[in-house]
Amino acid sequence: MRAKNFFVGAAFGLLASGMASSAMAQAEIKIGEINSYSLLPAFTEPYRKGWQLAVEEINAGGGINGKKLVVISKDDGGKPADAQTAANELVSSEGVAMLTGTFLSNIGLAVSDFANQKKVFFLAAEPLTDAVTWSKGNKYTFRLRPSNYMQAAMLVEAASKLPAKRWATIAPNYEYGQSAVAVFKKLMSEKRPDIQWVDEQWPPQGKIDAGPVVQAVAQANPEAILNVTFGADLVKLVREGNTRGLFKGREVVSFLTGEPEYLDPLKDETPEGWIVTGYPWYSIKTPEHDAFLKAYQAKYNDYPRLGSIVGYQTMKSAAAILAKAGSTDPEKLITAAEGLSVGSPFGEITFRKIDHQSTLGAYVGKTSVKDGKGIMVDSSYKKGSDYLPSDAEVEKLRPKD
Amino acid sequence: MAFYVVQFLTGLASAASLFLVASGLSIIFGVTRIVNFAHGAFYMIGAYIAFTLTDRFAGAFGFWGGIVAAALTVALIGVLVEMVLLRRIYHAPELFQLLATFGLTLMVEDLVVLIWGPDDLLGRRAPGFKGAVDFFGQNIPSYDLFLIVLGPVVLGILWLLFQRTRWGVLVRAATQDRDMVSALGVNQKWLFTSVFAVGVFLAALGGALQIPRDAVHHAMDLRIIVEVFVVVVIGGLGSIVGAFVAAVLVSELNAFGILIFPKISIILVFLVMAAVLIVRPWGLFGRPEAPARKTPGLTVNPWRPLTSNERLAALAALVVAAMLPLLAGNYALTVGSEIAIFVIFAVSLHFLMSVGGLASFGHAAYFGLGAYGVAFLAKMAGLPMIVCLLVGPLLGCLGAAVFGFFAVQLSGVYFAMLTLAFAQIVWSIAFQWVSVTGGDNGILGIWPEKWAASPSHFYWLALGVAAIVTVALRIAVFSPFGYALRATRDSALRSEAIGINAKRIQWTAFVIAGTTAGIGGALFAYLKGSVFPDNLGISLSVDALVMVLLGGVETVSGAVVGAIVYKALNIWLVSQTDLSKLVLGGFIVLIVVVFPKGIVGMLEMLAQRRRNASPPGSALLAKPIESAE
Repeated sequence: MRAKNFFVGAAFGLLASGMASSAMAQAEIKIGEINSYSLLPAFTEPYRKGWQLAVEEINAGGGINGKKLVVISKDDGGKPADAQTAANELVSSEGVAMLTGTFLSNIGLAVSDFANQKKVFFLAAEPLTDAVTWSKGNKYTFRLRPSNYMQAAMLVEAASKLPAKRWATIAPNYEYGQSAVAVFKKLMSEKRPDIQWVDEQWPPQGKIDAGPVVQAVAQANPEAILNVTFGADLVKLVREGNTRGLFKGREVVSFLTGEPEYLDPLKDETPEGWIVTGYPWYSIKTPEHDAFLKAYQAKYNDYPRLGSIVGYQTMKSAAAILAKAGSTDPEKLITAAEGLSVGSPFGEITFRKIDHQSTLGAYVGKTSVKDGKGIMVDSSYKKGSDYLPSDAEVEKLRPKD
Repeated sequence: MAFYVVQFLTGLASAASLFLVASGLSIIFGVTRIVNFAHGAFYMIGAYIAFTLTDRFAGAFGFWGGIVAAALTVALIGVLVEMVLLRRIYHAPELFQLLATFGLTLMVEDLVVLIWGPDDLLGRRAPGFKGAVDFFGQNIPSYDLFLIVLGPVVLGILWLLFQRTRWGVLVRAATQDRDMVSALGVNQKWLFTSVFAVGVFLAALGGALQIPRDAVHHAMDLRIIVEVFVVVVIGGLGSIVGAFVAAVLVSELNAFGILIFPKISIILVFLVMAAVLIVRPWGLFGRPEAPARKTPGLTVNPWRPLTSNERLAALAALVVAAMLPLLAGNYALTVGSEIAIFVIFAVSLHFLMSVGGLASFGHAAYFGLGAYGVAFLAKMAGLPMIVCLLVGPLLGCLGAAVFGFFAVQLSGVYFAMLTLAFAQIVWSIAFQWVSVTGGDNGILGIWPEKWAASPSHFYWLALGVAAIVTVALRIAVFSPFGYALRATRDSALRSEAIGINAKRIQWTAFVIAGTTAGIGGALFAYLKGSVFPDNLGISLSVDALVMVLLGGVETVSGAVVGAIVYKALNIWLVSQTDLSKLVLGGFIVLIVVVFPKGIVGMLEMLAQRRRNASPPGSALLAKPIESAE
C-alpha cells in the first residue's frame, strides 16, 4: 500500500513544474502539438522539421503580435487514449492556447472530441477521415489537409476519363481504407454508370500477405485497380505485383502514393504510369514554394516530404489565427479562423466557415522512374475548393452545434 | 485450375517465412520455457542487418553471404542476451522472463529508428531470383519457389539435428523434463544458451530472407510476433513439425479465405487457433504437459491477511491519496484517475494470475467490453452515468463467462493463448462492425455527468472504486473460495482428490476477474470520453501482464504497486522524451535483474529475511507494511 505515496510524490512534482512554467507565460503564446512520433517516424520526422521551421520563421518575424510563439510537442504513441492524456496535460498544466497536430483518423477524432468537451481550439493537421469536419464535426475543430473525399474527387476526375470498365480495389482494412474506397466508388459510379466493380481486397493494415492478394486481384481480371495501401504494405504490394505482372496493361489509381514518404522507398521498383495524389517537390515552380523549399533545404540539408508541408502550414495557419484573434480565447479564435485566408507553399488557402475544412489542395500526376528513383510527372495542383460538395450537401452532413 | 495451384504455392511461400520464425520460437519455449516476446525483435534486427550488409556488398556472394552473416550476428546478440539477462532469471516465477523480453522489445523498437533512421528501407532483390516463372499463364515469383523449397529443407535439417545428434537428444529430453536432464548432470547453462542461439538464428534468418519482398521498417516485429506465437501454439509447443504444419495451414487458409471473404485476414489465425485449442487442447502435435513441479518460491512465504497495524497504515495511505485534490492541479488528478483505473485492471488480472495461477494474455477484452458496455448504454439507451457504471461492466462479466468456460478447460500457455485468441476475436468484432461500434473511429462523447465531471470528483470516484475493488479481492483471496482457488493452482491432482471442482472454481475466478476488469473499463470510458478498439487490444493486455509481473506475481496485492509504477512512469516518459520506449524498456530490464520477484515480491523477501534474523516479538513492529502484501 506504499503505492499511494507515489501519487503524492508524482503530484508534487507535477505541481512544481506547473507553477514554474506559468510564471513565464506572460510574454509568450503556447501551442500544444500532438502526433504519433514513435509509431510513424517516417511521416512525423519531416512533419516535425516542417513545423519547427515555421516556428523559427514566425519568431524571427516578431512572433505573434509581439509575443514569442512556443510549441510544446507530445507523442501519442498511436493510441487515442494516450493522445487524450497528452491533450489534457497540454491544456490543464501547460495552459496552451490551442491544440494542433495528429495523424491517425481515430486520434484526430479523439482529440477533436476532447476539444469539444473542454472548449479548446483544435487544428487537426493530418487525419484524413471525412468525419472530422462532417459527421462528427464540431465547433472547435478545424482541419488542414484535404480530406478523403477531396482526394477521392481529385482522383475520380482523372480516373473517370480512363476507358477501363472493370475495376478492382485493394485497401487496408480500417476506417481510412474503407471510406476511401466507398467515396471513390460512389463518385466514380456517378460519373460512369457503366463501370463494374469486380473484386475487392482488404488486407489488414501493416500486415498484407501480398502474394495471395495480388493473385486474387489478377484472377478477377480487372482493367483498372484502385489502391489505397501505403507504407510498408505498398512496398510489398508493388514488389509482388511487379513480379507477378499484375500491373501490366492495367491502369492503377492510387491514393497518396506520390507523397515522397511512400514513393521514395520504392526506388527503381516504382511502377510506371499510376495516377496518384502526392507532392512532387522537385517540379513545383511557384514563388511561394521556392521560398519554402529554399528555407527548408538551408536549415535541414534535406528535401521536404509532404509531412514537412503539413507541419509547416499547420503552424503558419495557427499563428495566423492567433494573430488575427489577438487573444487566446477559444471563441475568438474560432471567429478569427472561420473564413480566414492564409498563404501557403501551395498558394493561398481558406478555412471554410461552413465546415472548418481548409481549401489546401494536392497534386495529381503520374508515377515514373528517373535515375533509379520514383517521381511524379505531368502533375498539376488541384485546389481543394474545387473538390468539395455543395454547401447544401455539407449542411446536411454536419451535425448542428 | 492453374490459378488454384498458383494460389496454393503462394500460400506455401508465405508459410515458409512464417515457419522459420515460428520454429525458433518453438525450440526456445520447448527447452527454456521462456515466452520469448523479443523473438519478433530478433527477426527485425535480422532484416535490418541483412539490409545493411546486402546493400554494402555487391553480387550473389554479397547477398547470400550477407543474409547468413546477418543471422549469425543476431544469433550472437541472442547469446549475449541469454547470458547476461535471461540466465539470471530462469528461477524467477513463471512468465517473469516474458517481462524481460518485453523490455528488450521496447528498447529495440527505438534503437532501430536511431540507427537506421525512420524511413522504410527497400532491400535488394535476391540475385538469381528476381523474375517470375510462367505457370500456365500465371506468374510465380522464383523467390517464392526458393522459399517453398527452403521451408522443408530447414525442417529436415532441424529434424536431423534433433534426431541424430547428441545435442538434439538433450534438447528433446529437456523439452520433456528439464529437471530430470539437469539431475542427470547435463550442463544446463550451455544447453539453454545454445538452444537460445539456434532459435534466435532462425528468427533472424526469417527476417533477413524477407528483404527481397518486404520493406524493412521499425514495426516489423509487432507485425509478426503475435502471428508466430499463434502458429507455435496451433502446432503444439515444442513441436517443429507442428509449427510447420500450422504455418502451412494458416497460410493456405488465408490464401484461399481472401477469395471468399476478403476481410478475413485480420482475424483468421485467431479463429483457427481458437478452433484447434477447443478441439485439441495441446495443439495439433503437442503432448499434454506433465503436472508442473512448482518452484519452491510459493511455499516459502505463505500469504496472510494484513494485521491491524498494517490495515491502519493502508487506510492512512488511502487517506493521503484522497487528499491529492488539495495539492495538485487538474492534469495530475486526471493522471491519478487513470492510474487508479489501471490499478483496478491490474488487480483483476493479478487475482486470476497469482491466486488462480491462470495467466491471461487477453485480459484487455473484459476491460474493453466494460468500456463498450458503458458506451452502448450511454449513447444508445441514453441512461444516466450511475446506471451505466453499474450495468456496463456486466458486458465484461458476460464475455468472461462465455470465453472463460472454454479457456479454463486448458492450462498454462495454452490457456494464455486461448484467452488471447478470444480477445482478438472480440477486438476484430469491435473493429469491423462499423455500424454498431463505429469501427476504429470508436464511439465518442461519453463524458461524465456534472457530479463527476470535475477532475477531483472523478479522481475520488476512481480512487474509491479502486480501493473497494482491491479490498474485495483481498477478502476473496482469504475466503474459503480463495483457498480452494489456491489449491487448484498449487496442485490440480490433490485439490481434485479432496473434492474441489477445479474447473468450476477457476471459471468463477475468471468471471470475477473479467467483471472487475470491466469495472475498470467502464470508468476508463468516462475518463477518456470515448471508446476505441484499442481498449480491447493486445498492447493493453500486455500492459496488464507487465504491471502484474512488475509488482510481483507471488504477492497478494503486488499488482497495485506494479500498476502505479508502470503507468506513472509510462505517462511521464511519453510526456518527457521521444525515446520513451527505450527508457521504459531499459527500466523494465533493470527491474527484472534487480528485483527478480517483482518490486513487492522483493521487498517482501527482504522483510522476511529481517524477520528471520530478529527475535519474533520485535519483528512484527519493525517490519514495513509492504511485507503484508
